[in-house]
Amino acid sequence: MGLEYVKISPGFEKYMPRDYVDLVEFGQFGKEIDVMQMGQFKELVEEHPMCAGCYMAYFIRVFYTALPKPEDTIVLGTAGCARLALSQAAVPFIYGNYGDTNAVASGLKRALSIRFPDKEKDVVVIAGDGGLMDIGFGMTMHSWFRREKFTTIMVDNEVYGNTGGQESGMSPKGIQLKMAPTGKKFDKINAVELAQTAGCVYVARISPTNPKRIAKVIRRAILAARKFGPTFIHAYTSCNIEYSIPTREVLADARQREKKDFKFYEWMTDEVKEYLNEIEKKAKEVKS
Amino acid sequence: MPEQKVVEPEHLLLEAPRERKFITGSQAFAEAVKRANVDIAIAYPITPQSETMHLVGDLYAQGYLKDYYRAEEEYGAMSAIAGAVRGGVRAFTATSGPGLLRGLEAIVSWPGHRIPAVLGVMTRVVNAPLSIQPDNVELAYLLHSGLIVLHAENQQDVFDFTLAGFPISEKVDVYLPVVVATEGFFVTHAKGYVELPPEDMKLPPRDPYKAPVPPTDCEIPPARIQRDAPVQKSNFMSYLIHAVWQQEIWAANERSRKWIKHFLGGLVEVVNPDAEVFIVASGCAAAQGREAQRYAELEGLNVGLVKVKSLRPFPTQELRDTLKNAKAVIVPEHNIVGWLAKEVKAAIPNSGIVVDGPRVYGGMTLPVELIMEEIYKAFGIKKEKKTLV
Ligand SMILES: Cc1ncc(C[n+]2csc(CCOP(=O)(O)OP(=O)(O)O)c2C)c(N)n1
Ligand code: SF4
Ligand SMILES: [Mg+2]
Repeated sequence: MGLEYVKISPGFEKYMPRDYVDLVEFGQFGKEIDVMQMGQFKELVEEHPMCAGCYMAYFIRVFYTALPKPEDTIVLGTAGCARLALSQAAVPFIYGNYGDTNAVASGLKRALSIRFPDKEKDVVVIAGDGGLMDIGFGMTMHSWFRREKFTTIMVDNEVYGNTGGQESGMSPKGIQLKMAPTGKKFDKINAVELAQTAGCVYVARISPTNPKRIAKVIRRAILAARKFGPTFIHAYTSCNIEYSIPTREVLADARQREKKDFKFYEWMTDEVKEYLNEIEKKAKEVKS
Repeated sequence: MPEQKVVEPEHLLLEAPRERKFITGSQAFAEAVKRANVDIAIAYPITPQSETMHLVGDLYAQGYLKDYYRAEEEYGAMSAIAGAVRGGVRAFTATSGPGLLRGLEAIVSWPGHRIPAVLGVMTRVVNAPLSIQPDNVELAYLLHSGLIVLHAENQQDVFDFTLAGFPISEKVDVYLPVVVATEGFFVTHAKGYVELPPEDMKLPPRDPYKAPVPPTDCEIPPARIQRDAPVQKSNFMSYLIHAVWQQEIWAANERSRKWIKHFLGGLVEVVNPDAEVFIVASGCAAAQGREAQRYAELEGLNVGLVKVKSLRPFPTQELRDTLKNAKAVIVPEHNIVGWLAKEVKAAIPNSGIVVDGPRVYGGMTLPVELIMEEIYKAFGIKKEKKTLV
């Protein structure tokens, strides 16, 4: 059904909330949106209670803009800062228990495949470093081993932001955080390498300095997951509160990290490459 | 696999001709799943549950189910069940003791998420020390979470409760998960007679749109836009919403009474309603209670049995009515804490008549003699202890 269920039944336009009418008339449903048009259309997420200047909030805004088919997308999140914005977007959102995202998404995606074998329904997990690499580690890994067809995006702020700044497995070695009073004793987990080894068909690591590139990576990950298997994006989304990064320096910090341990990295299987090339070539032809 | 035709749950459960088979409790679970039009089953092995989920796997291989997999562990299995049911399909899983406790955070959130599904619980000691034997202390953890909890006495109950569990769970005015518990080994691995309806019949498929909470499938209008998520905030509205939601779950649990009566003939079974002394028991203890009642009758003692089939909702009124003239109520149990005795005491006005026990635990069997001793005491009969040489 997708687009049909979003549309307003004739005669109901004046009774629906303005917000909703705007979403249907000036929003993304059923359209191809270029991320550079941000600010010129009604976005899927607008208000949210995340901290002012939070880079994760910005990343989530770009994420929604990049969805290839928002009217047929289900987002799953978990405890952590991201869910504060995810739960307020105009896309169905599932929130279970902390760290359960990749198990819930496995069941959901399989159910949708049983019920709608001929339709594309995109399932996307967005969760924190703690959610995916600590408490939910087993479920994250096993969803990849099982080759479940959905996308996992880790918004890595290198800390437990939502509970007030404790060490996570993704925090850099040596850093002093709550519950690491003498500094973290082990290295940041290499999530990208794990994803690749565990069977993801598309893997990317990104510091969000370039909105066009973020959008492209998200789109690719979602398209590849539809056909081939699990896909993973590791995004650096700094926590300006817990790492004391002044808001105006958030972008500079992201650029700096991009030069160091968050160099842009993209890997995919040959068949994914072929498939995406095909799609992107066609899209270019339509444009020109 | 035979071609299966869809029939109404009433026909399958209450009217269809039945044939007698001699099968294990695990087979009885699988025979129910076979006729329940289940879409997906997700399994993680633990003794004594494993055999049931092996048999369900065979059903998948034969084409009765559309999907089946071995999960990473119980928390993952129970979370995936929530995802699948939200996606609109009918789901089954089962576990035991430590597995149940490992999956508990996910399981007790099913009612709040309005997840209609059936969960088999084959009871097992909760570690430590390690044991795989039947002991049903784990059921105490399920009583306060909003789940519907049925407790099967034998293989026949396992079949009937599991098959009825799906329509009860999916009724629009209920929409809660149903637990079908039974004692590991004593029921799962022992054979008993089970009257089975034909295997070429099955329940109608789940209709996820007949629901108080719609599935998450991007198919039903209006599109969900959640501009505000008050439940996640700390203000009076959020407290109120959470409170009201909990009230609704328990109200839904109450509303399942009529469907349990409809499909399973009541929340209790009463033997000899005019008795002076009653045994109140659930699950396997009810089978031993049944034997004790029979012995007592042979000895001319006026003893009755109340078998509690549904632990949640709890048959408070039924117990009050049946026990109003009783002079003693004996509650035999397969656990050390005596959760059923506590429930019975809380249900009736004169809790002083409740005898705590007899109880066995750690996997012990429950000899009828233990119940008989309490019966003699209740009637003031002194028996000489016989010593076997
Ligand atoms: C079972 C369970 N354990 C612990 C918590 C507490 N908790 C909530 S959010 C969170 C940390 C979130 O960190 P992360 O996943 O990195 O997300 P972030 O807030 O940093 O975006 C924790 C520990 C919980 N909600 N549930
Ligand atoms: S605590 Fe950090 S990650 Fe969370 S919303 Fe605030 S700035 Fe963002
Ligand atoms: Mg984090």
